Amino acid sequence: MLKQINITLNGVERSVEIDERESLLEVLRDKLYMTSVKHGCGVGECGACAVLIDGVAIDSCIYLATWADGKEIRTVEGFEQDGELNAMQEAFVEEGAVQCGFCIPGFLVSATELKETNKSYTRDEVRKALSGHLCRCTGYQKIVEATEKGLEKE
Amino acid sequence: MSFKCVNQRVIRKDIVAKVTGRARYTADRTEREMLYGALVRSKVAHGYVKSIDTSKAEQLPGVIKVVTYDDLKAIKFPTCGHPHSVIVEKRDIADKTVFTNHVRHFGDEIAGVVAVDSYTARKAAELVEVEYEKLPVYLESEEALQEGAKEIHDGSKNIVKEDEYELGSDVEPIFESADYVLEEDYDISPVKHCHLENQIAYAYQDAEQRIVVVSATQIPHIVRRILSQAFELPYSKFRIIKPYVGGGFGNKQDVVVEPQVVALSLAVGGKPVLIEYSREEQMVATRTRHAVKISLKSGFNKDGEILAQKAVIVSNGGGYAAHGHAITETMAGNFMQTYMSIKNFKSEQITTYTNLPVAGAMRAYGVPQISFAVESHLDSIAGMLQLDPAALRDINMTEDDLNNEFTGVDYSIKGLKEAIERGKERISWNEKQKAYQGQIGEKRKGVGMACFTFDSGTWPYYPELAGANITMNQDGHLYMHLGAVEIGQGSDTVFCQMAAETTGVSYDNVHINSLTDTDYSPFDTGAYGTRQTYITGQAVVKAAEIIYGKILEKAANLLDVGSEKLDVADDYVIDKASKRQLMSLADLALNTYYNEESGEVITCSVSNQVKSNSINTGVCFTEVEVDITTGKVDILDIFNIHDCGTVINPDTAEGQVHGGISMGIGYALMETMLFNKDGLPLNDNLLDYKLPTTLDHPDLGADFVETYSETGPFGAKGLSEPTTVPTAPAIRNAILNATGVKVNSLPMNPQCLFENFKDAGLI
Amino acid sequence: MFDISNYREALSVKDAMTYLKEDPSSMVIAGGTDVLIKVREGKLAGSSLVGIHKIDDLKGICKDANGDIHIGSLVCFTQLEEDEIIKENVDYLGKAGGTMGGPQLRNIATIGGNVCNGVTSADSGSMLVCLNANLKLSSIDGERIMPISDFYMGPGKVDLRAGELLTDIIIMKEDYEGFTGKYIKFSQRRAMDIATIGCSVMLKQKGGVITDFRLGYGVAAPTPVRCPVAEAFAVGKKATEENAKAIGEKALEDVMPRDSWRGSKAFRQQLIKELARKAIEELAGLRGGQDA
Ligand SMILES: Cc1cc2nc3c(=O)[nH]c(=O)nc-3n(C[C@H](O)[C@H](O)[C@H](O)COP(=O)(O)OP(=O)(O)OC[C@H]3O[C@@H](n4cnc5c(N)ncnc54)[C@H](O)[C@@H]3O)c2cc1C
Ligand code: FES
Ligand code: FES
Repeated sequence: MLKQINITLNGVERSVEIDERESLLEVLRDKLYMTSVKHGCGVGECGACAVLIDGVAIDSCIYLATWADGKEIRTVEGFEQDGELNAMQEAFVEEGAVQCGFCIPGFLVSATELKETNKSYTRDEVRKALSGHLCRCTGYQKIVEATEKGLEKE
Repeated sequence: MSFKCVNQRVIRKDIVAKVTGRARYTADRTEREMLYGALVRSKVAHGYVKSIDTSKAEQLPGVIKVVTYDDLKAIKFPTCGHPHSVIVEKRDIADKTVFTNHVRHFGDEIAGVVAVDSYTARKAAELVEVEYEKLPVYLESEEALQEGAKEIHDGSKNIVKEDEYELGSDVEPIFESADYVLEEDYDISPVKHCHLENQIAYAYQDAEQRIVVVSATQIPHIVRRILSQAFELPYSKFRIIKPYVGGGFGNKQDVVVEPQVVALSLAVGGKPVLIEYSREEQMVATRTRHAVKISLKSGFNKDGEILAQKAVIVSNGGGYAAHGHAITETMAGNFMQTYMSIKNFKSEQITTYTNLPVAGAMRAYGVPQISFAVESHLDSIAGMLQLDPAALRDINMTEDDLNNEFTGVDYSIKGLKEAIERGKERISWNEKQKAYQGQIGEKRKGVGMACFTFDSGTWPYYPELAGANITMNQDGHLYMHLGAVEIGQGSDTVFCQMAAETTGVSYDNVHINSLTDTDYSPFDTGAYGTRQTYITGQAVVKAAEIIYGKILEKAANLLDVGSEKLDVADDYVIDKASKRQLMSLADLALNTYYNEESGEVITCSVSNQVKSNSINTGVCFTEVEVDITTGKVDILDIFNIHDCGTVINPDTAEGQVHGGISMGIGYALMETMLFNKDGLPLNDNLLDYKLPTTLDHPDLGADFVETYSETGPFGAKGLSEPTTVPTAPAIRNAILNATGVKVNSLPMNPQCLFENFKDAGLI
Repeated sequence: MFDISNYREALSVKDAMTYLKEDPSSMVIAGGTDVLIKVREGKLAGSSLVGIHKIDDLKGICKDANGDIHIGSLVCFTQLEEDEIIKENVDYLGKAGGTMGGPQLRNIATIGGNVCNGVTSADSGSMLVCLNANLKLSSIDGERIMPISDFYMGPGKVDLRAGELLTDIIIMKEDYEGFTGKYIKFSQRRAMDIATIGCSVMLKQKGGVITDFRLGYGVAAPTPVRCPVAEAFAVGKKATEENAKAIGEKALEDVMPRDSWRGSKAFRQQLIKELARKAIEELAGLRGGQDA
């Protein structure tokens, strides 16, 4: 069930042969080497595989790769601009919001989606926006604080 | 004590790699011609394989090999990440084979498949047809211990080990004469680590026919030893590489997936074979935190002085021994450590085999269970006597010159006492604790607290050992090789801080690779037992002191001054008195390496055996709101205050505390592994197994009382595991304060509270 | 990789109907958050799927000339919660959807999938039942409209015939106008969880008296259900705490929760009573700001 799809991946147009049975997670990791996108459960329960699809955070493990045809996909690999971390990455570094790091790309995807709305959020809203991601290391405390800090950055 | 680099919020060494996606975990690495393994797992919890038919699997296109228990020599090995012991009796129980025809829990491994991709491998594993002769399934220790129960391991009577100890006088006559006696039973569910990265490893034979294993492990050097046992090959035949690891919490302190990938790789001529557990496999076929039943009895007089305590501990070990009796023994050893003025203790403990998934190490190694019982029991006593629970604790604590007779370790709990005072003030304990008694209405508030004491490292159970190699490069930077293992806890960062502090090299110029490789990294037993900061830290300081000495010696030669006049700061050799910079370390290193007469590599390699421990302590305070009508608990406030000695890095230390509290909240209110009567899992996924989300707890607080450990590096003790210990009893005690109901089981989920409230007549 | 035997992408409703007709064994995949999970579990392994993910015609929400609200079956829960028409008229339905899973899930999971999946725990289920939602089902052979309560046939079973596609969910003006509503999802976690009990209440009151009342539950029976006994009991009663309690108790006559490892029957009965009471109290302004 092979098929060619065209996507914009982190700003670059890519054409890739996929199997229609594959998840976007598999294609991103195995064929396009976007290994920041993590596999934690494969069934939409942990958020480690989240990516931005046309600006919207979606769990790529339960998203068929064929659906991505014609769409813009962004992963943490594409967040840096000219060697500069984006506001959320920077805030996560400054706040020390990272431990094992396995969940972090997923959180950064949702946090960056939030940032791009240019709206302001209460702490409860930040918590809700991040509630589709599990982290077992941090108790979310510094992640939530870093996200708030990232939202305030220029 | 003032420090320059230690005790500071420096930025984690690995953090940029982790926020940019550059950190490569095991699954992110690859080999050419990688093959994929999948396991045929038992679908029954106890039985013999009557027959196995692999033909359909073998015929599936893309399948390269099917390996069953019949194809492998049945060598038994232990799986637990304890150090090896030269004392034969101390060694871990060897009861596991790579594959088996006697399955002891759901998910036990029967065979493996190698295929060209993981999809085919998994499909083929499903096509392997297995017929079972079912055996009786025992999910509770009591069932496994019944007369005539089928032995899960031959000759074991389903007992891993049992023993008992007494301290002080015989407790029974004291119970007789005490003003009051209270006996309570605690029933604690098994739970899971739920690190986000599942177990994963791959193995291949390199050009020299050595077997390379890349694995997400906490214990690379122990993996090497256990593989040597499992395959009856010399240690040096194996090379273990540990890339970035996505959390472990003790679950990666057992050797689980590594023998499987080695067996499969060897079966296909040493080609690389990778196995990544699914979340469902991870839930049943790795390790759990022991389900435990604890019965506690105390005799006490009317003003709150506890005279004697007795514990009976029954730990459900699951299908294999793994850590054996060690975790249960730790419960016993920890039982009386915090309230030493009680003086008279008795403890009887047993670890059983059952047909639950295998229990093993999980953050704090038995102490969460025993502390839940001990700390809950104290509040029950306080309730009986109408005493403030904090006051009751105070009465039964002796501050100084303590000695745990069970382990022989000396310690003090001065820091804990200060932490309690600080915590009481922070939560307004004195006002709230009283005010919250006797509430009525739908929602009721309560405050609760719980304390703990915890070891730093595993002495005296094991002598501790760590190596450290430090080299000063030609540019004056340091490079460290350690066998200690970074799994997210931040150990690499604190070791770099220690090296920087000791040598005067700036933190930015101290380098370490997150990767551990047994070919290059010195021996160290690994990440467990809250040991690395305290134990490996001592090795790092020892090595760094040698480097510092070498710097001074070289500088003295080059500058022609006495080394006693020199010091190092901010990457410069300085004049001690005037602080004037005399020479950069870059110049010094360059001159030393390339000196035409006496060129020398500035390096050192140390080994450090540690025979000491430094007990760390702490307390959790919480305020909750309980909805009587639904059994739902809202945590309004929760924080820990720890005495972990000097805090090497406040950021990573707070992170540990937050993570521990979060895990403790899950333990207290939601998490439990559920099985049907046949031992099949009901909630082996992250939707039905409930660890807290961002919305399930409030802001978490972390604070520290910094005493100075005489033995630890820069006065540090251990921290990471015990952060999770006091949460569940503190929440239980807050529920008691709010409702007057004693809940003596975990988790205290709405269903459980509903039943408790009903029994108490609140509903 | 998912064990799927065939996949066809429909770009229009007509495509979808044609493909479904051509392969009667095939089934629709919308957001896939139920289908793909079941494929992976093996329950739907080997399925032949017709993807409707890209049919933009099914992604709209509008109000027609009669004031009836039409929700396209492919509307995802994020869109539902943020939509102005929904916010203005039936914000409680959007909020009910907002309790589903987590944000990434709501960004893709569709209301049509939630309904067609047919499980009693579906977070839109009990509210749609209270709203007397009508479902528009289309196939090459024609179109039919049926009330959602008839559509639910049993656990995981719905009256969707071979070749049929759910295109619209229609809420009539008289079913929402003048009502206030509240959905309480009781689950162990505040995100990423399945309801132990979901309780939907819709209420009209005049001068402190309940003039119209609807009560529905998820997980209280094999499908989302309404509570005719409790509803009849409630109408005409004063909106007081005592009556809120009495209505909650009355609801027990309408439901048949069962024991499972997720919760005992007795506990679910407790929740059935209490959640209704809390929702009524809140809608009647009796809780003084305290969270339900
Ligand atoms: C991690 C996780 C958490 C979840 N949490 C919740 C939760 O909290 N609450 C909740 O209610 N659900 C939850 N779900 C279930 C699921 O997300 C919802 O049921 C969702 O609404 C399904 O929509 P979908 O578009 O993904 O459906 P799909 O998976 O695409 O389809 C579901 C079913 O409906 C059929 N179908 C879909 N659209 C149509 C149509 N237009 N016409 C005919 N048939 C159709 C499909 O054939 C299939 O049988 C969760 C799922 C996951 C994976
Ligand atoms: S891997 Fe996709 S949500 Fe867990
Ligand atoms: S940092 Fe380890 S899971 Fe989040």
